[in-house]
Amino acid sequence: MSQEPPAPETENGNLPAKLGTERLEAPVVREGLFGVHGTPDTSGYGRLQVRRPLPASTQRPYGGYFDDVADALGTALESAGSGFDAAVERVLVAHDELTLYVRRENLVQVMERLLHDPDLRFEIFSGVSGVHFPDETGRELRAVYHLTSITHNRLLRLEVSAPDSDPHIPSVTSVYPAANWHERETWDFFGIVFDGHPALTRIQMPDDWLGHPQRKDYPLGGIPVEYRGTKVPPPDERRSYS
Amino acid sequence: MTTPHVTGAATAADEDAAEGRVYDVAGEDWDKIITAGDEDRSDNEQIVVNMGPQHPSTHGVLRLVLTLEGETVTDVRASIGYLHTGIEKNMEYRTWTQGTTFITRADYLMPLYNEMAYVLSTERLLGIEDKIPERAQLIRVLLLELQRITSHLGGIGPFGMELGATTIFLHGLRMREEILDLFELITGLRMNHAFIRPGGVAQDLPPGGLEKVREFLRKAPSRVRDLRKLIDANPVFSARTKGVAYMDLEGCMALGVTGPMLRATGLPWDLRKSRPYLGYETFDFDVITESSCDTYGRYMVRVREIEESLKIVEQAVDRLADRSGVKDDPWMVSDAKIGWPARLSLGPDGMGPSPEHIAHIMGQSMEALIHHFKLVTEGFRVPAGQAYVPIESPKGELACHVVSDGGTRPYRAHLRDPSFHHMQAVSVLCEGGNLADVIPAIASIDPVIGGVDR
Repeated sequence: MSQEPPAPETENGNLPAKLGTERLEAPVVREGLFGVHGTPDTSGYGRLQVRRPLPASTQRPYGGYFDDVADALGTALESAGSGFDAAVERVLVAHDELTLYVRRENLVQVMERLLHDPDLRFEIFSGVSGVHFPDETGRELRAVYHLTSITHNRLLRLEVSAPDSDPHIPSVTSVYPAANWHERETWDFFGIVFDGHPALTRIQMPDDWLGHPQRKDYPLGGIPVEYRGTKVPPPDERRSYS
Repeated sequence: MTTPHVTGAATAADEDAAEGRVYDVAGEDWDKIITAGDEDRSDNEQIVVNMGPQHPSTHGVLRLVLTLEGETVTDVRASIGYLHTGIEKNMEYRTWTQGTTFITRADYLMPLYNEMAYVLSTERLLGIEDKIPERAQLIRVLLLELQRITSHLGGIGPFGMELGATTIFLHGLRMREEILDLFELITGLRMNHAFIRPGGVAQDLPPGGLEKVREFLRKAPSRVRDLRKLIDANPVFSARTKGVAYMDLEGCMALGVTGPMLRATGLPWDLRKSRPYLGYETFDFDVITESSCDTYGRYMVRVREIEESLKIVEQAVDRLADRSGVKDDPWMVSDAKIGWPARLSLGPDGMGPSPEHIAHIMGQSMEALIHHFKLVTEGFRVPAGQAYVPIESPKGELACHVVSDGGTRPYRAHLRDPSFHHMQAVSVLCEGGNLADVIPAIASIDPVIGGVDR
């Protein structure tokens, strides 16, 4: 959920003053305590600014089978002429789940190793889920892949990002045929173009639909409803606390 | 090459035709079409038939585009999206608790599983997975396994009717109805319960609830036996299902197929055993497998899983009965920042917050009123991050990928529905087979379009 890779460790890299400046440079994601606008603020927290946290990443050891997966993937990628660090931007272990942030140009290669390498063997492709972060310039669109290994009884998540200005991610249908519909759905809802997909057409929305409904800049729609003399606004115009 | 085109009343786009003669049927022009067809008989007997989206045996509004050569299906394309309701988008505009009300409507034959998948992911993000009270977990297991039976019966019963056997349908639905009565007693609703909530369940079992479940358990084995007597050795059923829609382990692996279809190839992959959740590792049950890889094998897996689920329900009932002596046994997480404050009770005008709770917040404690108001209107905040907890639904691996930005609403919730995933296998199951075998092939996937389209 973050914009830039962690700051490189220079000689002053970990000084608190420097970290403080960096924090202040991070974009503001929320203002005020409740995110309420247009009504008088009596809380006293109206000028509070919440900045986006620095990108989280995990250092080794990751724990559990996560180290084995990373090692095996590293070995497999090296024999394929690339390396773990070249293909994987960063690694995050959170809530007992392993996420590899893969560069999009390496995605197919990584997927192929994950499926075929005997130490990895992620046979079951569990789907693609798109996420849209309009504020994170340069990596607005995310495709999140979940893989299951029956052989080793493991789960793995890959996350790939693409900018809104160039919404292209290579298709993994050549490795996992089951990605077909999932990629169509992600294109339909988020506008991520999966290059190399055999037939990237709309799947849920009508063929002549305009726009990609699950993007954050696409309104939910709805009309105000009158109930007992008062008007209830549509859900996306009601007061929100997020 | 320009294609000859016969149109009735309506105009048509000639560019659509790839090759050969195309007939557009637009109504009241049947004579014209017949005459044109008689005049132009060629060797090419390929017919494209639209099955659905209103066909009664397509499990909802599924549309199949079949290319036929005689009775042989040469090409199948499934077209979905007719039941897309924007559940995932809507959830982004409601609180985390309200999310269950939406997601329960995805696959309407297993609503409790949709809730469970969403709630497990949410609880993982909240970090309260190991704080869920034992009683809540047992009620969840009890309901989920009952739901598994209803889902399998909803697959088997209508399947019988699709093959022309209304008795099977009625037997299936009768038993399903008995379980839905239990759901109505426990959750208040037959379907779309929104009963499993982040932190626990909406309310405790009603008085006499366990006894009702026991009553059902007493007659359930004979119900299943009746059903199996009707189907297992039925020559018509065997002829229509054995060897039909064959897909072996290799095919399942290539397409990522899970659930009964995978277990019908002989692989005992069941997330309840391999990645236990809700304490399934403490229950005694078997993973059912068959080795025939066909429609009959998938039926056998389902019907035998019903028997296994009955075993789990029985154990859950026993454990809940053992806990009846525990004083103030909670069914919602004790963290007051997450757990719903109101207890429900039956009043003269229906179910609502209990009078004691109303008296407490309105007359005794200002803080309790503020807390109630904040939690109900604003909801709780879920730490930023993403989670994905797969569970073994009756139809295969079901999970909800939830993403939070730290707010009071899901930033994104995506249901990985097994029906959606498995519908991709339709071509593999049907192509090269008989037209009549398309129906059992679809039924053997047991898709529910509410889940496919969401």
